[in-house]
Amino acid sequence: MLKIENLHARIAGKEILKGIDLTVNAGEVHAIMGPNGAGKSTLGNVLAGRDGYEVTAGTVTFQGEDLLGMSPEARAAAGVFLAFQYPVEIPGVNNTYFLRTALNAQRKQRGEKDLDSMQFLKLVREKLKVMKLPDDLLHRAVNEGFSGGEKKRNEIFQMALLEPQLAILDETDSGLDIDALKQVAAGVNLLRAPTRGFLMITHYQRLLDYVVPDFVHVLAGGRIVESGDKSLALRLEEHGYGGLAERQPAGAGA
Amino acid sequence: MDTKMSNEGNVTTLQQNAEVAEALERTYSAGFVTKLETVSLPPGLDEGVIRQLSAIKEEPEWMTERRLQAYRHWLTMAAPNWAKLRLDPVDYQAISYYSAPKARPKSLAEVDPALLETYEKLGVPLHERAALAGVAVDAVFDSVSVGTTFRKQLADAGVIFCSMSEAIRNHPDLVRKYLGSVVPTGDNFFAALNSAVFSDGSFVFVPKGVRCPMELSTYFRINAQNTGQFERTLIIAEEGSHVSYLEGCTAPKRDENQLHAAVVELVALEGAQIKYSTVQNWYPGDENGKGGVYNLVTKRGECRGDDSKICWTQVETGSAITWKYPSVVLRGDRSVGEFYSVALTHHFQQADTGTKMTHIGKDTKSKIISRGISAGRSNNSYRGLVKMEKGAENARNYTQCDSLLIGKKCGAHTFPYIEVKNPTAIVEHEATTSKISDEQMFYCRSRGIRAEDATSMIVDGFCKTVFRELPMEFAVEAKKLLEVSLEGAVG
Repeated sequence: MLKIENLHARIAGKEILKGIDLTVNAGEVHAIMGPNGAGKSTLGNVLAGRDGYEVTAGTVTFQGEDLLGMSPEARAAAGVFLAFQYPVEIPGVNNTYFLRTALNAQRKQRGEKDLDSMQFLKLVREKLKVMKLPDDLLHRAVNEGFSGGEKKRNEIFQMALLEPQLAILDETDSGLDIDALKQVAAGVNLLRAPTRGFLMITHYQRLLDYVVPDFVHVLAGGRIVESGDKSLALRLEEHGYGGLAERQPAGAGA
Repeated sequence: MDTKMSNEGNVTTLQQNAEVAEALERTYSAGFVTKLETVSLPPGLDEGVIRQLSAIKEEPEWMTERRLQAYRHWLTMAAPNWAKLRLDPVDYQAISYYSAPKARPKSLAEVDPALLETYEKLGVPLHERAALAGVAVDAVFDSVSVGTTFRKQLADAGVIFCSMSEAIRNHPDLVRKYLGSVVPTGDNFFAALNSAVFSDGSFVFVPKGVRCPMELSTYFRINAQNTGQFERTLIIAEEGSHVSYLEGCTAPKRDENQLHAAVVELVALEGAQIKYSTVQNWYPGDENGKGGVYNLVTKRGECRGDDSKICWTQVETGSAITWKYPSVVLRGDRSVGEFYSVALTHHFQQADTGTKMTHIGKDTKSKIISRGISAGRSNNSYRGLVKMEKGAENARNYTQCDSLLIGKKCGAHTFPYIEVKNPTAIVEHEATTSKISDEQMFYCRSRGIRAEDATSMIVDGFCKTVFRELPMEFAVEAKKLLEVSLEGAVG
């Protein structure tokens, strides 16, 4: 589904990603862990197409297409979703209206018919119920005045509604108390499907107790220095990222 | 007198490529010219021209005399230069002060089909049966009113809704009593000019206790070249009456600047309520700042009676230059003045707009909500005066003006003036300036929404509090207008 090869990227002239290789297949959940400044969020942003990042080498293909050549909105329509680390407030724009605009914009790009208000409302209610989210989420402006937890839940709700092929979760667990974390994790688990891939960027192993990944990768210094299964995350939890520097040369050639 | 035939500015004939034509049309869809035989006065202004104008309109002597007095006063005045506007000097001798379609209709059925078509194209149907349900329309074409719909229904309710010219002929007592009573002849340079040469506009009189049965609406259209439009509107709401009025404006695309200097006066007697909404879409000039309408307007309402209320709502997207401060004089005790404004400027447009709230009576209240949006290389200023006079015990004002910038080359400015002469008065002012952030843009795009649609959506959210005050149909209209006006604002 997603194939990243030798990806190099920089921001404001500073090289952040120094050769990433990663393949995500449909149905797989990959966790990306690593210390601050390792390039985790940069990876998410480059995949979603944020301005200001310059790809200097490497390729990314998504469903066989060149992802890097697509605009952010085209990537969304193709099925890439980024759950933001810091969801953005859009004052005065109703959440329901925003979601409907987004969904119909994607459908239009895919050559599908618009959902009318009734169809959309039905879908929204269904998803709210499944995700166990309160109704008032629909009547508020996009993220305006939301608490940290509400913002993150809103991201998961958007994901549920847009039904992407590849979901990138950028530190969706950060700033959440344990109840909110469980709720977000439950939402993600509900969306796990044989046709859907996940890339979960996180600092902590905590989230992985609730969303059990198929693969864990350690990103440090702009490279993936180690890959493994769930047990890798537990080992990191125990020993910290401190020992990574020595291991880096081994991963450099990967 | 001369006859003009013209089809310049008609974009479709110039463009072979249908798609390009469509895109151009979208940027200013009202920019076409109607081919029509017109009767015009030659350019130039002196006492003779004013007498001639007054004679064409078959006005009584007192009206001619008023015009001449205003003209003499105007000659002693200079154009104001305090606004934050770059305004080329206007050559008042190069303007024609009267232009009208040659055929003068007696009723709507006799209106020239080309004219009716013009209004159809603009989305303002004048056929009564086709007209928007519940909205009476007066259409002003260049200098004259070409037709008013729903006269009979309004007359049954006792409401007078006609052109100003007719009012001067048919209701001279009312006109004499109220015209100039809110905006005196010598109020300012443009008001004086208007008082001397005003051509037409709407007249509304709602008698005591009557709730006007429908929305009233005037549609202003400048068509002829080198013609100024000097509209004059007067609305009188007697004790306990209610009226809601809406005006819309467009003009063809022309390379020269056109002048529009209007005066609008509102009078609300005890317990009366007037709601006046404007959707202003005069031709804004092209993307290089060439052409466009100079919109220099004096609008003022007076809450003359206790417990009266006047509410101004405006959506300003057109004009090369806008100089306009719809104001309320709160004379009656417990009277209320409100001002809701969305002003959008793009390319080289300049807007200096806001309001004046003058509190004279006790317990008077005013509210000002202004939203300015600047794109391209435009400049958008809010200028507002809140004045609490000595007798304004416990008067209150709340002002909130927010500006939104799109791009790096535009400007937003806020000039609030506050004068308080009564210690019990409370004045609150809040102002913010923000940009559509890259973050917001990327957030929308990463959800699949195109950059241009994202911009409209964000702007729309920003304007929401004002749109809420517009009559329903026009809120939709205003939203669409903003979208079109923002074409090409991103990227």
